[in-house]
Amino acid sequence: MELFRAHVLVCCGTGCTSSNSQQIIDQFDQLLPANNIDKEVKVVKTGCFGLCAEGPIVVVYPEGVMYYRVDPKDVAEIVSEHLVKGRHVERLMIPHPESTKTDMHSSTESDFFKKQLRIALRNCGAINPEEIDEYIAHDGYLALGKILSEKRDPLDIIDEIKRSGLRGRGGGGFPTGMKWEFAAKVENDVKYVCCNADEGDPGAFMDRSILEGDPHSVIEAMTIAGYCIGASQGYVYVRAEYPIAVQRLKHAMKQAKEYGLIGKNIFGSDFSFDLDIRLGAGAFVCGEETALMRSIEGKRGNPTPRPPFPAVRGLFNKPTILNNVETYANIPVILTKGAEWFASMGTERSKGTKVFALGGKVQNVGLVEIPMGTTVREVVFDIGGGIPGGKEFKSVQTGGPSGGCIPASLLDTPIDYDNLVAAGSMMGSGGMIVMDEDTCMVDIARFFLEFTVDESCGKCTPCRIGTKRMYEILTKIVEGQATLDDLYALEKVALSMKNGSLCALGQTAANPVLSTLKHFREEYIEHVVDKKCRCHVCKGLTEYYIIPEMCKKCGLCAKKCPVNCISGVLGKEPYVIDASQCIKCGACMEACKFKAIIKQ
Amino acid sequence: MLSYAVGGESTVGKTKLTPEEMSTKLDEALTHYEGQGQKALMSALQEAQEIYGYLPLPVQKRVAKTLNISVAEVYGVVSFYSFFSLKPKGEYIFNVCLGTACYVKGAQKILERIEDNLGIKAGDVTADRKFSISACRCVGACGLAPVILVNDDVYGRLTPEEIPGIIAKYKEA
Repeated sequence: MELFRAHVLVCCGTGCTSSNSQQIIDQFDQLLPANNIDKEVKVVKTGCFGLCAEGPIVVVYPEGVMYYRVDPKDVAEIVSEHLVKGRHVERLMIPHPESTKTDMHSSTESDFFKKQLRIALRNCGAINPEEIDEYIAHDGYLALGKILSEKRDPLDIIDEIKRSGLRGRGGGGFPTGMKWEFAAKVENDVKYVCCNADEGDPGAFMDRSILEGDPHSVIEAMTIAGYCIGASQGYVYVRAEYPIAVQRLKHAMKQAKEYGLIGKNIFGSDFSFDLDIRLGAGAFVCGEETALMRSIEGKRGNPTPRPPFPAVRGLFNKPTILNNVETYANIPVILTKGAEWFASMGTERSKGTKVFALGGKVQNVGLVEIPMGTTVREVVFDIGGGIPGGKEFKSVQTGGPSGGCIPASLLDTPIDYDNLVAAGSMMGSGGMIVMDEDTCMVDIARFFLEFTVDESCGKCTPCRIGTKRMYEILTKIVEGQATLDDLYALEKVALSMKNGSLCALGQTAANPVLSTLKHFREEYIEHVVDKKCRCHVCKGLTEYYIIPEMCKKCGLCAKKCPVNCISGVLGKEPYVIDASQCIKCGACMEACKFKAIIKQ
Repeated sequence: MLSYAVGGESTVGKTKLTPEEMSTKLDEALTHYEGQGQKALMSALQEAQEIYGYLPLPVQKRVAKTLNISVAEVYGVVSFYSFFSLKPKGEYIFNVCLGTACYVKGAQKILERIEDNLGIKAGDVTADRKFSISACRCVGACGLAPVILVNDDVYGRLTPEEIPGIIAKYKEA
């Protein structure tokens, strides 16, 4: 085996690939031989490190030095300084050049990583996802190998998963072991194992990162699931919008097949299991299990009533289990390290860790994995580095269009399934969007309703009509035309939908409204009664105004105005906006170099 | 640059096929699906859309015939999923991410600026079929919010002022 004195890890997740990480690898491939160190230094393309906002990220081992926002042009310096002379390139080691937090020195020991515990993401950013040997070297396929060579009793494995306390990471939090047990106990010659990789929650991208950074863990776990319930065919339902993930998964499946880790007679046993990929076609409702199965069958993604549950009658009317990508990624490591190890982490009813896609108005945008029970405050302020630009924290949204907004007063809530539900939100698949003082909560509620109106499949009345009516009322509110009766109607429709809808999409679609009504009611009242939006987001309630004393009479705003509603005399009289004609596009405010234009 | 070398090899913005060439390509693609029924519908439609860029009625009819299912079933699926398009797309597609992370960072303003600049609304195509705009839900590049994709090119951490420059680049191309 070749030995290398240094390894250069380059993130090739979607975020970093978008900012040229492939060119960085090309540069290394050119410059290492040019400096005669290509036999000593190995370049590894890896999955996501998690700190996406600071990408592209390059990590040099053995030191574990992390370089941020690396440009292909910086590679020459990293090679000549770090790899040849052994001196760190300090200027690339400090994230947020605008911030004064220089103590956040750059390595895997930084604040961002310290409070994290990477289990589902254990291999992301550590191995090359396109090399099966690297996965195997990190105990990959060990769990599967042991199970099959020891001919372990499937019910015994299911019992271990149950004891680990693992709950579904896709949102609902149903105990995974119980789901498997139901399907295992149903008698049928044909059963299916499905993986939900149709990550529809806007703002969540952990499933994509796992598929891109560690596809084999999902393949191994699905094969184990197949063995446990007695299935020989699996389907991964993945978004067509994730081309890199699809490609890595296809590649990994090919390698696993060549190694005999999926296919016929795995590990020489009489167990056979095959996997196929099905591409989703952009329907949020297909995250719901029955809808997803209809979609794999080639039909419209309409949910069907439960019971019968998929464990009894699912895909092609056969017993089926469906788990989320992150749930599967936990399985192999639970079986190699034991249920007790996993159950030792987390809170009483939520074990292990959860991956969150931290985004929005927060310094360290990226992917974080934390033990259950970590508080929201720790995630936003310690790991996330707080709000940029000295702004005030307002809320954090979890659970996407099915979740709710957690206000500042609940920042110390320990994150687990039950606490988030009690706070009016839910775990969801793990989107965590931070909002600051400039985010209007009514507008955000309307944003989510616009989404659910689009994505409602239309099958059941409460959801089809309820989402639309709620959206209309919210539109009236943001346009300043609502009365307090509308607020009452809004709440009434929301509760009817919660109780009357067929599937989880409709049952939870009202959550963004209900949670903001609960925690930010005063903002709704301001919109309705005072006709004011304190964040100046809602156009119907905002006016642009030029402060005469500050206007330098340059006329730039009038030139930029697309509807010619700004008048004045160049160099002589201050300019004035005709509010009745203004379309509130904000072009004048962007154009003004003297900050003379304000929103009020 | 994000290289979409996988799964969905798009013909958009690359060499243009003549109607005859598209028809032959569709025939080739559909031979794998002969008589397979509903379960192969999604994959067949995905391949057909890669060739045509959208799914006009004649193409849907051919898919229906190949799979031996009704055109109504095919149309039902095409109209259900947002990935399938009944309208042709422009040579350059401006995909504006309206996921939550991008939205709170001002994606709506980016979309409006693109709409103003091109003179069309999201979902439409310019008269010369050079540009179209679509609003999409989360491309998963939240670290770069707000993000747009122009065909395969990714533009992140955008401000509305950058939009005219980006559009000009493709107008000249």
